[in-house]
Amino acid sequence: MKEFGYRRAADVSGALALLAAEPEARFLGGGTNLVDLMKTGVERPALLVDVRELPLDRVEPTPDGGLRIGATVTNSDLAAHPEVRRRYPALSQAVLAGASGQLRNMATVGGNLLQRTRCGYFTDTARPCNKRVPGSGCSALTGAHHNHAVLGASDHCVATHPSDMGVALTAFDAVVTYETPEGPGELPLADFYLPVGDTPHRETALPPGALITGVTLPPAPVAARSRYRKVRERASYAFAIGSVAAALDVRDGVVRDVRLAFGAVASRPWRATAAERALIGAPADEAAFAAAADAELAAARPLPDNGYKVTLMRNLVVAVLAQLTEEAAR
Amino acid sequence: MTTATTGRTAPAGAVGTARTRVEGRAKVTGAARYAGEIPFADLAHGWLVLSTITRGRVRAVETEAVLAMPGVLAVLHHGNAPRVETDYVGMLGAPDPTAAVFQHDRVPHAGWPVALVVAETPEQAREAAESLVVRYEEEPHDIALSADRPDAYPVDGHMPAVTEKGDLEAELDAAAHVVDVEYSTPEEHHSMMEPHAATAHWDGGRLEVVDSNQGTTWVQNELAQMFSLDMSAVRVRSEHIGGGFGSKGLRVHQVSAAMAATALQRPVRVVLTRRQMFSLTGYRSPTRQRVRLGADADGRLRALEHRSVNQTSTVYEFVEPSAGVARVMYDAAAHRTVNQVIRLDVPSPTWMRAPGEAPGSFALEAALDELAERCGLDPIELRLRNEPETGPVSGLPFSSRNLAACFREGARRFGWADRDPRPGVRREGRWLLGTGTAAASFGAGALPSTALVTAEPDGTFTVRIAAADVGTGARTALTLVAADALETTTDRVRVHIGDSDFGPAGVAGGSMGTRSWAWAVNAAAAELRERLALGTGIPPEGITVRSDTTEALQSLAQKERHSFGAQFAEVAVDTGTGEIRVRRMLGIFAAGRIVNPLTARNQLLGGMAWGISMALHEEAVRDPSTGAHYAPDLAGYHVATHADVPRLEADWVDDPDPDDPVGIKGIGEIGVVGAAAAIANAVWHATGVRHRRLPIRPDRVLEAGRDV
Repeated sequence: MKEFGYRRAADVSGALALLAAEPEARFLGGGTNLVDLMKTGVERPALLVDVRELPLDRVEPTPDGGLRIGATVTNSDLAAHPEVRRRYPALSQAVLAGASGQLRNMATVGGNLLQRTRCGYFTDTARPCNKRVPGSGCSALTGAHHNHAVLGASDHCVATHPSDMGVALTAFDAVVTYETPEGPGELPLADFYLPVGDTPHRETALPPGALITGVTLPPAPVAARSRYRKVRERASYAFAIGSVAAALDVRDGVVRDVRLAFGAVASRPWRATAAERALIGAPADEAAFAAAADAELAAARPLPDNGYKVTLMRNLVVAVLAQLTEEAAR
Repeated sequence: MTTATTGRTAPAGAVGTARTRVEGRAKVTGAARYAGEIPFADLAHGWLVLSTITRGRVRAVETEAVLAMPGVLAVLHHGNAPRVETDYVGMLGAPDPTAAVFQHDRVPHAGWPVALVVAETPEQAREAAESLVVRYEEEPHDIALSADRPDAYPVDGHMPAVTEKGDLEAELDAAAHVVDVEYSTPEEHHSMMEPHAATAHWDGGRLEVVDSNQGTTWVQNELAQMFSLDMSAVRVRSEHIGGGFGSKGLRVHQVSAAMAATALQRPVRVVLTRRQMFSLTGYRSPTRQRVRLGADADGRLRALEHRSVNQTSTVYEFVEPSAGVARVMYDAAAHRTVNQVIRLDVPSPTWMRAPGEAPGSFALEAALDELAERCGLDPIELRLRNEPETGPVSGLPFSSRNLAACFREGARRFGWADRDPRPGVRREGRWLLGTGTAAASFGAGALPSTALVTAEPDGTFTVRIAAADVGTGARTALTLVAADALETTTDRVRVHIGDSDFGPAGVAGGSMGTRSWAWAVNAAAAELRERLALGTGIPPEGITVRSDTTEALQSLAQKERHSFGAQFAEVAVDTGTGEIRVRRMLGIFAAGRIVNPLTARNQLLGGMAWGISMALHEEAVRDPSTGAHYAPDLAGYHVATHADVPRLEADWVDDPDPDDPVGIKGIGEIGVVGAAAAIANAVWHATGVRHRRLPIRPDRVLEAGRDV
């Protein structure tokens, strides 16, 4: 294991300065992913700048009815926050569906967004991986890929993004805020993750040296009736093989508003815009839900061993939307 | 979980009473030290370098740059490591060359140890090991296991490869009902909590190894032979062990630590990482099995064929004898069982909890369930109709066979009588519900052991035996056995284990540990009690009696000696997502006298939890193009979590072994046997789909649903 330095930042500007001074520095949040990657040699930072103690640990309602979530809010605190549970229940459910209690106590919102794929070739330094070593090739295409991407992938990389939290945030149009030495900036989550293309090693649109300071959720009345459903290979403590964050507003049997995002099917949390378009104004029944899922999944390009994900996502969309419809009718 | 065991006479002494572990407090407070954390002065740390190719030769190990790195003391590899003796026969036959490292330049599988980097700190050793450049000459590999390869060949292992009687084809032709099905089980890993760790050092001409293993005298014997030393010149200690399950015998960590300690003349510790364990410490081979059953209209078997093939490495022959279970369980006029292996460019498989019985019972007991369906018979009734009088293959009498009692008690407590046999008809929201059952058996044996029991002048007793408490509570069980044999109370008995200096003893393996050691402790204690009865007084050094059970074991009559059990499971299946949840399980066992109900129940429940894991989760994935594992860690290799393990109950019926001085049979492995079959049978009952390939993953449920 490479020897590394460790500094704890006192404030945001101090954190930015520490990072800028060392080209091989990384911000350290909860360390629940980065430290694992350091052990396996995937990440070899010279310096860790610990930002977990920065005063960015608040969840605050915004005047317009949204929420502002600090970057160092732990996953546990986020999931338990009463306003999160009231306004965006699917977000709380998504966070609780991830990892374990111990990990959620450590993991931060900013770190969660920047976690790396769990593709077994990315984490194995003895194997080619375009994300880890650009141009080295993608081992998953011809290797083990039964849990890899079916949407938005390329011939260069078929890895999935592992976040549950990010799926719910994507459904609710979250905006990432950040600081750089040149000043603050923001990115809608929809633009935060870059398309895979031929540059899978470039994962986000965050400027170099930037520190995520928080996530803003705009007001979304539809989100008050929302659900996160995660399917995985055991009941707990595993990454999704498919997940859905959904919010639904049904009046008189007709879909007035809907939010739909998929997890574990793409290199980023996948906003199902085609499905949403198909649903607005449609009858709230299983046929319409299935048609909407099909509209989204028409773009799926499964590999030989992950075609089941198309079936799984279709079934999940129908099941979750049907459940939300049933709840609305009560 | 219940602790209510009914219909039993109250125990007269300590044996049979529920006791917490004598070292429990030390373990939960951290006072108990494990092999990788025992301090040594002047300790150096070794880190293994594993091959990144799957087959070929090491062309060069470029040590120069690494030797210049901070703290690096040495790099051992095939070009400079001490030569060791490998032409000997140990407890398990010839040594696995995976342990006899650095003797040649061949690479027979991915993750083969090619070098050990030794440094002042583990971090320095790891950084240097990861920087070491090894050049290879790569050759094409073959890792494709299939049932129909012509290069499969029969291997005896710890039982004959082939047994057969009668005319199989004739009986199948004459049968009213025939089942002919293939099953597949994946590569599974022991995944015990504590990784392998050993520290080796020379102490006055004696090689001392502090280790985590399943038998100190076993490892002592192997090291002595490998390093051409007298047994007395090797001491192996292993006080606390965080699980073994068959994986903790002689492995590369002890051998490489001993090599480095010899080269550097200072203590050297080698600890394996979880990833390294996947290629270095054995595993349960995947199996491909075929079962053919033929029965009369009333369900009585006329024909039984069970064939199994597993993979082994090119350097070591290990058979996973899955077809052996039928030799104990069911008779038929025509009866044929075959265990075969195929040599591939893969790591050497080894013993893993219920070797043979675990995968074999999945296939055989799932096939029985299919036969019950064909015959229109209740699965328990089918089994009861096929209870053999004597060993189906051996013709020998059973020492005791209380399988029927297990089924009767299990059916009563599980509520089996109310079961609707039709599959796919019970729905609760998104879940389809089903129940299943399966029979279990595991051999009841004992290994020769010696024990020392000392009467101290202060009226207490000290027991010394090279037993291994792999987490099962063996130390506690032996305390109870000794107290009863000495007619004293447990607080006056101290039990010391895990030290090869105590003399030869059986290993913690084959469900034989507690029985083997209890026999020796009981014998020494009984003789000591007779001596004390003479009333001559106790000298300051105490009075010590040594026992050796070798002769007693040799004089045991030939019988079919086994534990039995009946497993029950209820599952819920969402065919839309492929999710399966086990809702409850019940295991009723006939497994000899139960020494400590508390830890015995732990062990049986642990076995059943393994069964859940085996049925639904565990599967090591090998990339065919690289020949190496994909994601070999506990995030990629799924074992059941707490959330997967619901209400489990384990209990037992009276079944003392008539030929064992304490009545013990052994409970280490039977808990997992049949558990996966009960779950798979329940999945069929829920959905109407037979899953013959483990684990029953969500994607497989989804794909199967498509075919219905």
